[in-house]
Amino acid sequence: MKDGIPICVGYFAVSLTFGIQCGIGGLSIFEAIMISITNLTSAGQFGGLNLIVARASYFEMLFTQLILNIRYVLMSTSLSQKIEKETSLFQRLIVSHGITDEIFGISMLQKGKLSPYYSYGAMSVAIPGWTIGTLVGISLGNILPLNLLNALSIAIYGMFLAVIIPPAKKNKKILLVVILSMMLSGLFEILPILNQISSGFKIIIVTIIVASWAAYKFPIKEEDNA
Amino acid sequence: MHNIHIYILIMAIVTYLIRALPLTLIHKEINNQFIKSFLYYIPYVTLAAMVFPAILYCTGNTVTAIVGFITALFLSYKEQSLTIVALCACISVYLAELVIG
Repeated sequence: MKDGIPICVGYFAVSLTFGIQCGIGGLSIFEAIMISITNLTSAGQFGGLNLIVARASYFEMLFTQLILNIRYVLMSTSLSQKIEKETSLFQRLIVSHGITDEIFGISMLQKGKLSPYYSYGAMSVAIPGWTIGTLVGISLGNILPLNLLNALSIAIYGMFLAVIIPPAKKNKKILLVVILSMMLSGLFEILPILNQISSGFKIIIVTIIVASWAAYKFPIKEEDNA
Repeated sequence: MHNIHIYILIMAIVTYLIRALPLTLIHKEINNQFIKSFLYYIPYVTLAAMVFPAILYCTGNTVTAIVGFITALFLSYKEQSLTIVALCACISVYLAELVIG
């Protein structure tokens, strides 16, 4: 639970932005909070919100959520090796909801096997932080001045950069992957025909191309997988 | 017609299943190296593609956005925490807006 406190603070800041964006997108307070409680993920929620505002197809929503959250397959798979063997199905189902980049990060740093109660502790502080941030964001969003809203809208991108840049600094392959992904994503923005593709599908296409290429070109060895 | 509750339901179900299925079903280790590598690179590609070029438009002004982008790049290169990077990027954009007017 103690380890969950910095996560709670970070979540509050990002979900505040999410709440504000929901307000701009015209969602009700109830809808915004339902998304935060049931999803508990930054990228997936921001991506999903864009699709809701753009009135995208349900299929596009399904596929985008799949791609934006597919990294959790890897984390959930890693946790399946890390969690105490005797953990019941019911407990595994609860732990699953708390698989986020940050909670996964602190869970894997635990020595030895992972107790489900460790996850419950982290979730019990992180989830309220995420939910209350959303509530405050959507409640205050329409009274905040426009230049403050503009400034806050960069927060989520700042967090993403803070996740990808440190590993890219240490690992040249990841650095190359990050640069290629940004360039390809940028190309989609400026080339005719390609710039008609919605942002959800663009992310999917870029992900499949670059991640397959990298997996083929630089297959990871066991020690990279830590 | 698009119903917002159906959108939210799709988001919730997909996100939960992705998290729950491996943890409840997988008891053996994955050995296929291509799949392992592919999964390993996914977060970097996805996050990088989501940041750029979208970050350039998010503040409504390309100049203030570039200021925020550079601030975030610099601080994450210095390995500051997620919260610090996000907050300082916001502050730099706010200050840039004040300077431009």
